[in-house]
Amino acid sequence: MNATLPISARPADHSSSAKPFSSVTARRRHSALVRVTHWLTAVAFLALLLSGGEILLSHPRFYWGETGNVNMRPWLNLHVPSSRRAVPTGYGYVLPDQNGWSRYLHFEAAWLAVGTALLYGLFGVFSGHFRRHLVPTSSELSLKELGTTLLRHLRFERPGNEEAWSYNVLQRLSYLLVIFVLFPLMIWTGLAMSMGFTSAFPLSVRLLGGQQTARSLHFLVTMLLVLFLLIHVLMVFVAGFRNRMRAMITGRAIPPAE
Amino acid sequence: MNNVSRRKFITTGLAVAAGASGIAAAAKIAQHHGLIPPDAGVLYGPGETLTYAAQRLLTRHSMAREFPRSEVSTNPFANPVDSLGDEFNRLQAAGFVDWRLTVDGMVARPATLSLAEIRSFPTSTHVTMIGCEEGWTYIAEWTGVPLSYILDRAGALPQARYVVYRSIQSDWWESIDMADALHPQTLLAHRMNGNALPVPFGGPMRLRLPRQLGYKNVKYLNQLTLTDNLKAFGKGLGGSDPDYGYAWYAGI
Repeated sequence: MNATLPISARPADHSSSAKPFSSVTARRRHSALVRVTHWLTAVAFLALLLSGGEILLSHPRFYWGETGNVNMRPWLNLHVPSSRRAVPTGYGYVLPDQNGWSRYLHFEAAWLAVGTALLYGLFGVFSGHFRRHLVPTSSELSLKELGTTLLRHLRFERPGNEEAWSYNVLQRLSYLLVIFVLFPLMIWTGLAMSMGFTSAFPLSVRLLGGQQTARSLHFLVTMLLVLFLLIHVLMVFVAGFRNRMRAMITGRAIPPAE
Repeated sequence: MNNVSRRKFITTGLAVAAGASGIAAAAKIAQHHGLIPPDAGVLYGPGETLTYAAQRLLTRHSMAREFPRSEVSTNPFANPVDSLGDEFNRLQAAGFVDWRLTVDGMVARPATLSLAEIRSFPTSTHVTMIGCEEGWTYIAEWTGVPLSYILDRAGALPQARYVVYRSIQSDWWESIDMADALHPQTLLAHRMNGNALPVPFGGPMRLRLPRQLGYKNVKYLNQLTLTDNLKAFGKGLGGSDPDYGYAWYAGI
């Protein structure tokens, strides 16, 4: 696996690195485009999550099909305080209306996310990033290999030398799921709620089963992405926070101690 | 503004200018300016402009989804409103016979129309969804006069670019571009599900704009003003909701 990675041994950057790194050799880990799009996506995702959560407070209930309102039975009622007095919540107060900036920010961040995704997608295809770094090899997909990797994760073992320079099979599968399934689903279900968009592309909402179904799916996929984010950040800590952050910021990482 | 010779002068001047600089270039600039929303200058203007421009390019003539009559919601919802004021109560008590819709601004024939006159105009009906920016929806059958009919009747001037429309509630007014104003599904709706439009849903008359969110579907409609510039209205952002911090374009 290592042979296929762009490896160029370089001396550590003494001017900016912290002491524990200064005597060890850092190697290239992430390309500049991967690092830039990673952080742009992180910014966009947090903005979307914050503004989306705020928008949700104006109607914290979910329905299936085309229609849903407080006169109808939701499949999920979050029982949180609401920013609208028309929504009975059981709380004795109504939160301030913040939907103006939330909706503005939500769509602006969505444009940033989509623009970043296009850049990353083109790079991924043409540089071979997807093929070399994300698609698992057939040997990795064996049950034995999957089981071993899963066990190591469940024991919170630090990754070995090889994994410091490449993604393991669970990482590959979860990144592929996020990039090619969950992210497109978020954009699709988001656009399917837009009455302007669905006027031009009615199938986008009909295939999902209705406007409120699109809204429900938008929420459920968000929950999956939040779950991914939590595990992702947890794994960064397990694998060594400083070195992983260093790799995603500067592009270089320190080889693990043998 | 209704001076015909002045209009002729402006039109001729524009035509000469367009001819001199090249019709293609003028059209390109007009197209360019038609893709910039009035709230492009606010903090989130870049995202808003991308959304409006993209949707205008994709949806200028597209039709909002229509549903079979069987899908009309049996339990529609209307956000409760505070008191509509003494004037509204007086008009309502008299069965809205004195309700008036004023059509002014960039029109050749400004008019004040009674509800009876408006009800006598040709109607259009569609079963469409209304969606609130809060996230809830319902489907209803809406009947009303196409806004394009009213604009034709009043003689909308060619330089008009927006229709500003107002509610009897002084703090609710909005505006739309001509693509939405002339769209066949844009109605001055005075009937809902086969009956006179109930007051909680905007009766006697609301603007029905099925490709945009509820807050653009102004209730208790009593004034239409055609203009080529929104700067003179409120904070210049094109509506009471944009003045309050909401996006002017609400197709998303």
